Amino acid sequence: MSVEIKNLSHTYSEGSPFEFRALKDISITIENGSFIGIIGHTGSGKSTLIQHLNGLLTPTSGTVLVDGKDIFETKKSELIQLRHHVGLVFQYPEHQLFEETVQKDVGFGPKNQGLSEDEIDQRVRQSIKMVGLDFDAIKDKSPFELSGGQMRRVAIAGVLAMEPSVLILDEPTAGLDPRGREEILAQIKSLHTQKQITVVLVSHSMEDIGKMVDKILVINEGEVVFFDTPNRVFTEISTLESIGLAVPQVTYLMRRLKEKYPEIREDIFTVEAAKKEILKVIRG
Amino acid sequence: MLKDVTIGQYYPTGSVIHKLDPRTKILFTTAFVVMLFFLNNLWGYLATFLILATITLLSKIPVGYIIRGIKGLVLIIMLTVVLNLFMTPGTTIATLGPLSVTLEGLKVATYMALRLIFLVVGTSIMTLTTSPIDLTDGMEWCMRFIPFVRRYAHELAMMMSIALRFIPTLMEETERIMKAQKARGANFETGSIISRAKNLIPILIPLFISAFRRADELATAMEARCYRGGENRTRMKQLAFEFRDHASLVLMVMMIVGLYLTTMINIPLGFPI
Amino acid sequence: MTMDVKNKMIDVRDVYFSYPHHNENEAVHALNGVSLHIEKGEFVGIIGHNGSGKSTLSKLLNAIIFPSQGDVIVSGLNTKDHQNLWTIRQTAGMVFQNPDNQLVATIVEEDVAFGPENLGVPPLEIRERVDRALAVVEMQAYAHQKPHQLSGGQKQRIAIAGILAMEPECIIFDEPTAMLDPSGRREVMETIKRLNRDKAMTVIHITHFMEEIVDADRVIVLDKGKVVMEGQPRTIFKQVKRLKEIGLDVPQMTELAYELRGEGLKIPDDVLSIEEMVNALCQ
Repeated sequence: MSVEIKNLSHTYSEGSPFEFRALKDISITIENGSFIGIIGHTGSGKSTLIQHLNGLLTPTSGTVLVDGKDIFETKKSELIQLRHHVGLVFQYPEHQLFEETVQKDVGFGPKNQGLSEDEIDQRVRQSIKMVGLDFDAIKDKSPFELSGGQMRRVAIAGVLAMEPSVLILDEPTAGLDPRGREEILAQIKSLHTQKQITVVLVSHSMEDIGKMVDKILVINEGEVVFFDTPNRVFTEISTLESIGLAVPQVTYLMRRLKEKYPEIREDIFTVEAAKKEILKVIRG
Repeated sequence: MLKDVTIGQYYPTGSVIHKLDPRTKILFTTAFVVMLFFLNNLWGYLATFLILATITLLSKIPVGYIIRGIKGLVLIIMLTVVLNLFMTPGTTIATLGPLSVTLEGLKVATYMALRLIFLVVGTSIMTLTTSPIDLTDGMEWCMRFIPFVRRYAHELAMMMSIALRFIPTLMEETERIMKAQKARGANFETGSIISRAKNLIPILIPLFISAFRRADELATAMEARCYRGGENRTRMKQLAFEFRDHASLVLMVMMIVGLYLTTMINIPLGFPI
Repeated sequence: MTMDVKNKMIDVRDVYFSYPHHNENEAVHALNGVSLHIEKGEFVGIIGHNGSGKSTLSKLLNAIIFPSQGDVIVSGLNTKDHQNLWTIRQTAGMVFQNPDNQLVATIVEEDVAFGPENLGVPPLEIRERVDRALAVVEMQAYAHQKPHQLSGGQKQRIAIAGILAMEPECIIFDEPTAMLDPSGRREVMETIKRLNRDKAMTVIHITHFMEEIVDADRVIVLDKGKVVMEGQPRTIFKQVKRLKEIGLDVPQMTELAYELRGEGLKIPDDVLSIEEMVNALCQ
């Protein structure tokens, strides 16, 4: 599914003294099957933007087209249908768990879709497997007796069970330990490659984003600063720093190394790529 | 949005009423409310109206803002008026089908309506001019003079202050959980009342769990900061009566006496009530 | 390291701790014989994955929970001795992970005053302490704001000020940056480092972000309720393989150095910063 954002603006509490323009005329297209990273500091408008993609928020002006269809011109029932296709995983999604068992909780979305018991069961099995958990071992447990990392995964499975064609994740690794972060990111990556779904990942970590995505959307004060490939975005160090963002450490290193090795590439943002480039340059 | 809701409805203008000690305002308001129930003729209500109008002007709060507060109670006021109008026995002055309006009914209905409006306006001026934290401090002090409640004064005040602190946090949380469940296809907008009530479960359970977790963490954090109840506790901000408070208390006594005197006035206003 | 009793801020002696488990009879062993000590003025980083016992350890240091076996001595006082409870909590202050769940009052300065009020400090002195604490965390301008209108980083700085107003000798930070964005994390880390450097405050910093403790005096690694590594950041982080095995990260530069050495490049194995890496590669 492709998502086209057209001249989207959103103003909170319009006309009151608390008026706040969160998004200002955003226009971008997220192509079918792509992997997009969104980065920007707190209050930049990231969360407001993603909540428009499945119609949770209504724009002040402009619109969103999903597969060419204007989602804000549809009926309420169709909007609910749309939410089945555009899955949104909120920050700290484990705070939405409520059922007695993991199986029931993951089945909440498919049940709302009106699927049959068999279909629900099958989807729940599949999505629990997709997030790397053992269905039989976990299905009858209460979601509240799981560890933090497991709860997070069950919550993500709850959205995956709706089989969305577009998956949006708002900082899925916040608050996890290094191993937990790595595992969640690896699962998202494999979901993208295996199921070919469009993924939008909101993150604070330049390192994580750089490793995974096709294109990065940098957003500041409700406006698009960059929407380009990681290679291009990460060379704009001064612009990124001016809006309070930092590039990965290795990117700074490459820039420093350029003084001694002028031929070294600067568009490096992973340890792996840095290693290759340094070896190439040093060994000649 | 939910978080725009301002509980306690504090409206800062920096007026002299705002600067009064919270205890003065609590005492004054209490005296005012008690006096309302002694009034028995329109002279008294007229005097009360003048007192309220003076205080409102002094507080510099827009009159429209105060009237908006009454709007929420229109239904209750109407109901009281209608009930009193038709249910009071006495001299019939008009009939409406099987119902009849009596002169006494008209009188009681008018008094009740005025009493309710003055009650709401009077108390809301207190909350509008006193910050929640001052109000809590003031109430803690006042509770010390009420038997039985006295020994829990500190705990009650602390509970109130924590509730005020967490209302915005929990409002935001509710909104977030609601959106998260909507994203999972939950429908809160359509359907019968029963199905809508059932649909609240996915919001209420996470909300309770989160509130309990917060309470637990907050309790630990309070203990870590040496909280052990009201014993030996000091306060940074000391409440202190100033000249304006003493003056207000003198005015309060004058109000009580004045309003009491109105109950003895026997001069008719030119119309039957 | 000297074993001078006078310089010892915290002494943990062979401590065990288990949480009662709710459905099975089997208790969860959070700590399995931990011994460590922390000296006055030290900046110690504690790392370990979730469930390694870090949080349990921090709560033991502040006398919120008590060891099932062994002793925790804070500034010469045993946490087991009930008389010491309030002195210990005042001496070793604690800042928690979630900034929302540790602020008590509806106004910033009232919150900072909460600790000293509990200690029964006279009102005028509380006023002075609050102003001083807010100045240290550079939040004076927000004294009359409501906490829920502040950013995560600002809330954490208020929480720090609330502890400082109790005039502790030591502050334990239990993952104070876990829920913050990069700029919030930066401001909180700057505040913590400044406290240690300028105010000679003893700091125990628990974190998942390795970059935050590269300039610590010492790093302690916990795994399965035990201290598995302990030493200067340099000597800890160079053990890249071992850290990864127990589910932890290493700073990017250390990892790169490790990878490059694996390819036969002659660079030191204890590189921590970009500067050191540049020096190693450009000599």
